Amino acid sequence: MLDDASRAILRHLQGDPTLTVPEIAQITGLSTGKVARRIDRMTEDGVIKGQRAVLDWAALGFTVQVSLRVTLDKTQARAFDDFMVAARSVAEVIELQTFLGRVDVRLSLVARDLQHYQQVYRDQILTLPHIADIEALMTVAAVKSDRVLPL
Amino acid sequence: MTLDETDYEILRQLQRDATQTASKLSRKMDIGQPAVWRRIKRLQDAGIIAGRELILDAEKVGFGVTVFLGIKLAAKGRVSLEDFERTVGAIPEVQTVEHVLGLYDYRLRVVARDLADFERVLRRRIMGLPGVGNVEANVLLSEERLSGPI
Repeated sequence: MLDDASRAILRHLQGDPTLTVPEIAQITGLSTGKVARRIDRMTEDGVIKGQRAVLDWAALGFTVQVSLRVTLDKTQARAFDDFMVAARSVAEVIELQTFLGRVDVRLSLVARDLQHYQQVYRDQILTLPHIADIEALMTVAAVKSDRVLPL
Repeated sequence: MTLDETDYEILRQLQRDATQTASKLSRKMDIGQPAVWRRIKRLQDAGIIAGRELILDAEKVGFGVTVFLGIKLAAKGRVSLEDFERTVGAIPEVQTVEHVLGLYDYRLRVVARDLADFERVLRRRIMGLPGVGNVEANVLLSEERLSGPI
């Protein structure tokens, strides 16, 4: 489990991953050596897994974002595996999640416009294997999207 | 702004690992370092690279449970969406809030220490929000981010 120093470092890094070790040391009041050692250790332990660039899909011309909630035909033993492999190969899918609940799998999909969405949906989504039911939620607005953990 | 294959490759690389420097990318992609730097700057200025995200192992920092909630507002028209959004956005355990069109009005990503902690968040924080009607919960088992159509 994390102690207060590690938690403070992660809190600031989550808020701004571009912060340097001396900057974090200054904000938290810890020594630079301690900050550097903690970050190294948390990276080694797999607590910090890395950093990714966040892309704005709308700025890239993909203005439609749809969440597809899929229920699979569980009488098929390989339903999950087959579906996941096939879904990964659809270029417009940006996120794949599996669940315990009424929904089995959720795909996040981006498209240039509604016509493009319809084409992807018909040609590449409805043809995915073992779908029992599918529901679409269209994202109107992202109200909060920072994904910060309340450390 | 028109992008070429080099821009897309830079985006894919930074999606995978945003800590890569221009010089590292320049060696990897076999183009000049100033060119890489200029392209990254251009992608940032255009808002295509919107920022950076620290990837943490949620379980290792004590958040063992992630749940997605579909929320249907009970009395639309009488509830202020702004009030709902402001209140729900202020709950620390709520990571993302999306206004959606379809079966639900909002989709929430909620983290908790364990299922008991999730129940506390759900009962004390979410169910008490103004206008909340039907709530559906799905517990996240696995998650993959893909590079998308670039």
